[in-house]
Amino acid sequence: MKFDTPATTNPIDQLKIVGKPVDRIDGPLKTTGTAPYAYERHDALEGVAYGYVVGSAIAKGRIKAMDLGRARAAPGVLTVVTAQTAGKLGKGDNNTARLLGGPEIEHYHQAVAVVVAETFEQARAAAALIKIDYERAKGTFDLASAKDGAPPAKDNPDTAVGDFDTAFAAAPVKLDEAYTTPDQAHAMMEPHASIAAWKGDKLTLWTSNQMIAWSRGDVAKTLGIPKDDVRLVSPYIGGGFGGKLFVRADAILAALGAKATGRPVKIALPRPLMFNNTTHRPATIQRIRIGATQDGRITAIGHESWSGDLPGGGPETATQQTRLLYAGANRMTKMKLAVLDLPEGNAMRAPGEAPGLMALEVAIDELAEKLGMDPVELRVLNDTQVDPEKPGRPFSQRRLVECLRTGADRFGWNRRQARPGQVRDGRWLVGMGVAAAFRNNMVMKSAARVRLETSGQITVETDMTDIGTGSYTIIAQTAAEMMGVPLHRVTVKLGDSTFPVSAGSGGQWGGNSSTAGVYAACVKLREAAATKLGFDPTVAEFSDGQVKAGGRNAPLAQAATEAPLVVEDAMEYGDLTKTHQQSTFGGHFVEVGVDAATAEIRIRRMLAVCAAGRILNPKSARSQVIGAMTMGAGAALMEELAVDKRLGFFVNHDLAGYEVPVHADIPHQEVVFLDETDPMSSPMKAKGVGELGICGVAAAVANAVYNATGVRVRDYPVTLDKLLDGMPTLA
Amino acid sequence: MVEQSDAGLSRRGLMAVGVASAAVASAPSATAAPAQDAPILATVTLEVNDRKQTLHLDTRTTLLDALREHLKLTGTKKGCDHGQCGACTVIVEGRRINACLTLAVMHEGDTITTIEGLGTPERLHPLQAAFVRHDGYQCGYCTPGQICSAKAMLDEIKAGVPSHVTADLSDKPKLTEAELRERMSGNICRCGAYSNIVEAIAEVAGGLVKGEPA
Repeated sequence: MKFDTPATTNPIDQLKIVGKPVDRIDGPLKTTGTAPYAYERHDALEGVAYGYVVGSAIAKGRIKAMDLGRARAAPGVLTVVTAQTAGKLGKGDNNTARLLGGPEIEHYHQAVAVVVAETFEQARAAAALIKIDYERAKGTFDLASAKDGAPPAKDNPDTAVGDFDTAFAAAPVKLDEAYTTPDQAHAMMEPHASIAAWKGDKLTLWTSNQMIAWSRGDVAKTLGIPKDDVRLVSPYIGGGFGGKLFVRADAILAALGAKATGRPVKIALPRPLMFNNTTHRPATIQRIRIGATQDGRITAIGHESWSGDLPGGGPETATQQTRLLYAGANRMTKMKLAVLDLPEGNAMRAPGEAPGLMALEVAIDELAEKLGMDPVELRVLNDTQVDPEKPGRPFSQRRLVECLRTGADRFGWNRRQARPGQVRDGRWLVGMGVAAAFRNNMVMKSAARVRLETSGQITVETDMTDIGTGSYTIIAQTAAEMMGVPLHRVTVKLGDSTFPVSAGSGGQWGGNSSTAGVYAACVKLREAAATKLGFDPTVAEFSDGQVKAGGRNAPLAQAATEAPLVVEDAMEYGDLTKTHQQSTFGGHFVEVGVDAATAEIRIRRMLAVCAAGRILNPKSARSQVIGAMTMGAGAALMEELAVDKRLGFFVNHDLAGYEVPVHADIPHQEVVFLDETDPMSSPMKAKGVGELGICGVAAAVANAVYNATGVRVRDYPVTLDKLLDGMPTLA
Repeated sequence: MVEQSDAGLSRRGLMAVGVASAAVASAPSATAAPAQDAPILATVTLEVNDRKQTLHLDTRTTLLDALREHLKLTGTKKGCDHGQCGACTVIVEGRRINACLTLAVMHEGDTITTIEGLGTPERLHPLQAAFVRHDGYQCGYCTPGQICSAKAMLDEIKAGVPSHVTADLSDKPKLTEAELRERMSGNICRCGAYSNIVEAIAEVAGGLVKGEPA
């Protein structure tokens, strides 16, 4: 099915099941520990051997020699696989560095060997017996010092509209500031894990992966085998946030270990290996210049960003939102990409916008102060209903102003004191901050198979994944609404490469795109069922388990009395994303308390107001947003991979050193969704929320800290050591 | 080894640059490794979820791996294997512990409750049902640990065990929001379901006592 004209009324608009805050259908499995994750498939196979990965101890250089003798001779060891023994390996389209290094080493903790043994304890002990001689090469590890020579990022050309330089120079009110955001880790709770088993030339991987079709292709490419010989199974994923978009070493090394031993092999990346072995969100240095009139209208806005990655990698696209968020006739963005020999940088929740808004939304707060304006009013004044680079191209929906106004109202924004450091509550200095949330809505082709079983049950199969987002539930809601059956009459099967190829989970496109694919397949099933029952498919209605048309009705199940009815279809997209800018919007409001003596920062209240099209399930969508707000709080206050600039690695590479928010850091969170449908996005009229929720949060926190203390921190994370020198004198 | 004269780092120089890089050097080192003896096996009997289980284990096996790999009770999760995340929280002799930080052979005769011992999909424990109702989870990987931790935590409050935020050690601690958040802080949820988890636990506990904000 092709979606190339705006959606009109369709069966989803009944909203009998879609749009309801139903409990997740996978909830009973997850809360009882019976949902099987990748490493846990005792149900699927026996005789599994254990692999333990050895990571490189240098960041750049080569392996001179490896002594594997003692490891190979150790009790229980079945094999040791290295680049030397593995045979020729390719590299996946989505990988920057090779997943099995050696003799060349591209980054610290790049996998260089896997030991396979009868037990986990034996594999781990034997891995410690491998002796490697390295020849260290000089690497570049410091973004700040590599910044000046960094060339423009390939595939991300500079943008320019009007004459930024002249307009900025002429602006009566100017802001010109630099901001930095650090490297950050996804740190999902489930480590990257895989079990590999070969049957002849056919490989099955039970793995933890967000994008089944991409990764199936990359496994095949890396191993040099046909894609048809690879099956990926990933029904439950213990968090991803972008860190499991691509194939990682666990999958490839499990496949190689299984090939070498003739046994199924399971591997989980040890937690202390994950931070340097896998991908991370790259650090940025950003410069923002904004020129405005005395009454606050932006006349010039410029955003430049520097980031680094391994050779062949890409930039953190931190200037992305600045092209679309605020009006202004003269605008420019630039991205520079330095080569750094740190681990591979790649997508983490809202790549681009998350760090970009950490800077831009503090800059707007600073501009508001220069203008003597309320920061909500400054944002409202500079709203635009069209793409500011192409004024003929409207936004499909844009209710940023309503998000900000609603939020200000509910949060009690009018109680905020514009002058910082004025509000005291016992030992706490109290401040409020606001930021706009903005993230584009992408749509992706997505297919599904739906089956009307002889029992009347509906089964949906698609290789879509549920990484905690609620895919199982919203897909079941979609199929139930379309087929006119209750939710419990729908079975959803996900995450298997034998199912039709879906949009997958990434870029907050998964919810809208995957349900639109299920919608397309259900339209086909409705036609097939109606025809089978002798109804005119163009007028037949499906409700209460019945098909009705022309004053007559029949049970839906009757259409499958002889044999199940099976259909498959995909939703594909036309030009609507070109003619209309599709984005999601929000306003984040945060109140912090900063200890007047120690500068300890505590978040006291958080509110997000979001406009993101139809909300398919307000309960799971709200969870997406509060989770993103929590990750945003981490970005604001604690998350930072500390770079060892001499040896080239992330020093704090475990969950004790890389701090993420815990229960004690997060207060009760409020989320409001504006009632909205976007007929330009898909027949579901939905958009994404999972990334919108993190966009702007950190800036709202930083702005609240400024409002509380009068100390402006432009170097994330905002920690107490950066506040102490500037704290107001204790009364 | 990692020290190479062309990179300007002698062994002495490497030691001087800090603890972290010293750890880098020792990781692939063979000198400290044990001899290649066969693993030492031991027999241990655990009472897991009201069933006696006798296992012959490599003595290096953690309680976590004994549960997950040997008893196939995979509801208890391995998130970090270093006592940093709480995903492996189980209840041993009535107290919550990180199953990754203890060896199975240290628990001869111990009574152990895992998530599988609390309820099943058909018969959910009240905490499990509340987590579903309040959407107190997303990816589900930390969830069994959160629920086991919550159960034992509520018992700790009842037993009068104080915490870091208990203002008056001579008074019985109350289930305030601050106490709940503090006591659950050993269980990380990277999906960020904290706000909902607190509401789920509070509901099962019969509501929160109003207290000072932390």
